[in-house]
Amino acid sequence: MNCADPATLDGLAWLACYLTTGKHMAFYGSFGTVLLLLAITAPTALLFGLGGAIAARSRILPLRAFGKTYIAIVRGVPDIAFFLFFVIALDQGLEYLRHQVLCPGWDQPIRQGSDFVVCQAAKLPLGTAPQWQHEVYGFLLAMFTFAIVFGAFAANVLFGAMMAVPRAQLETAEAYGLTRAQTFRRILMPQMWVYALPGLSNLWMVLIKATPLLFLLGVEDIVYWARELGGTKTPNFTDYPHGDWRMWYFLALLVFYLLLTKVSESVLERLMKRLTYGQATTGGMTA
Amino acid sequence: MSCAETIQDYALRSIGIGERLLPRSDFTLCEQFVLIGSGMIWNIYFGVVALSTGFFLAVALAVGKACRTPLARIPSEWTIFIFRGSPLFIQFFFAYFLFLSLKSTHPIFDPLTAAWAGALIVLFLNTAAYSGEIFYGALRSIPKGDMEAAEAYGLTGFTKFRRITFPTMLRLAWPAYTNEAIFLFHATTLVYFSGFPAWQQRGDALYYASYFADKTFNPFVPYPILAGYFIVLTLCVVTLFAWASRRLNRHLPQEARKRMTLRPSFMR
Repeated sequence: MNCADPATLDGLAWLACYLTTGKHMAFYGSFGTVLLLLAITAPTALLFGLGGAIAARSRILPLRAFGKTYIAIVRGVPDIAFFLFFVIALDQGLEYLRHQVLCPGWDQPIRQGSDFVVCQAAKLPLGTAPQWQHEVYGFLLAMFTFAIVFGAFAANVLFGAMMAVPRAQLETAEAYGLTRAQTFRRILMPQMWVYALPGLSNLWMVLIKATPLLFLLGVEDIVYWARELGGTKTPNFTDYPHGDWRMWYFLALLVFYLLLTKVSESVLERLMKRLTYGQATTGGMTA
Repeated sequence: MSCAETIQDYALRSIGIGERLLPRSDFTLCEQFVLIGSGMIWNIYFGVVALSTGFFLAVALAVGKACRTPLARIPSEWTIFIFRGSPLFIQFFFAYFLFLSLKSTHPIFDPLTAAWAGALIVLFLNTAAYSGEIFYGALRSIPKGDMEAAEAYGLTGFTKFRRITFPTMLRLAWPAYTNEAIFLFHATTLVYFSGFPAWQQRGDALYYASYFADKTFNPFVPYPILAGYFIVLTLCVVTLFAWASRRLNRHLPQEARKRMTLRPSFMR
């Protein structure tokens, strides 16, 4: 198809050309960003969660206190506040550490009024770094933030699941002379997943629905592009002038998310059926 | 400027009473406390109004979804699916742009593009869908014996619903509903980050917190303040709902009352 002169096109041909512009390709690519975030964050958060849950069960008081605080603090506070907080806090924390290591001779204070000043070498990414490094760094920060927040959610689910494994199982293990670590590895870990699955699948849904918040963390995600592409375009600036179409772009995003949650739901339901097959649980029925 | 003066100037700033200009430099701790607290007025407004109105739609949706007639069931199912299956953030954006285009057709839609009405509608529908699903689940787990006993007493139709089904449903759903209420209050912080403009910088608590974080480039003061306010708010909600739960279960024998958990799980 010839898209060289869109003004001469009309109807479907125009739309086909319009939907394949370079910016639209970037828009479609950003759906990949969302899926990438989900794919990386879910296992990372699970790992954080496992760490948190193990810490919360620890016999060492400071570790237990840390684990419980980590779990509790996310509960009382809106997650979006955490996102906004961690993105700056992590960035400043990393730069501060690099500053301490790389510029030991620096004698000025780091916080000067409303400025956060570190030496040039400690900047992250370096001022001279190419654009893509800035983008990757931003995405990694966002991903890490997601992992911290959802790690706390996962920790709560896994903590509950560890508690739900029947006491008798653990007592039997002790009677066989297994140590605490062995009991954990051989008895508790394999059995807790079936108790954790309803909570974790719920968490997966919550995670999917939290991905548009990437926009607030400064990543060029689907929300960014939908606002960008949907806004009114005048003939001076583009070959494809149109009115305010942001509503339709967000409708498309709405449908995308509905599909994503619907597919996840049916996959998780199948997984649950498979896992609970023959198990003496209620099959993860949540009231 | 003393802290008392700051309170006088900024305590009601978020609803347009007091000093117009926000502080621009040399932010004191007091200013941050007062302004973020002032923003909480909006969070409480959105939360309370959406919850109290959403409750009725939620009951209607739950009953509708449990109905056998497709005419009632299908709309309820779809409402619940659409609002539970998509992110609230996207719903806000979509609604805002929808209201913008409605506004250009007729001036009657003008208030909808303002947060106090437009965002409230979204929150109302959203919480109705989430609570509707909770109530639906409760409706389906009412013990069969209770309904049979009601029928044996000759209760039918609406009387049966009002005196047996509805109270039992509420009792069963209450812990999950408490959870939903807490989450709704948390969700109110999204309003001013999702298209709806904060007219004359009258925003909610998170709006002011991020204002301070942007200006001072120091997230370690405003966000913990915000967190403190929200923890207090969460505790208030839990206390209130625990009181309601005691009332709902007051006829049950002491040991049969499930203790209201002070640590609700936080999944929505």
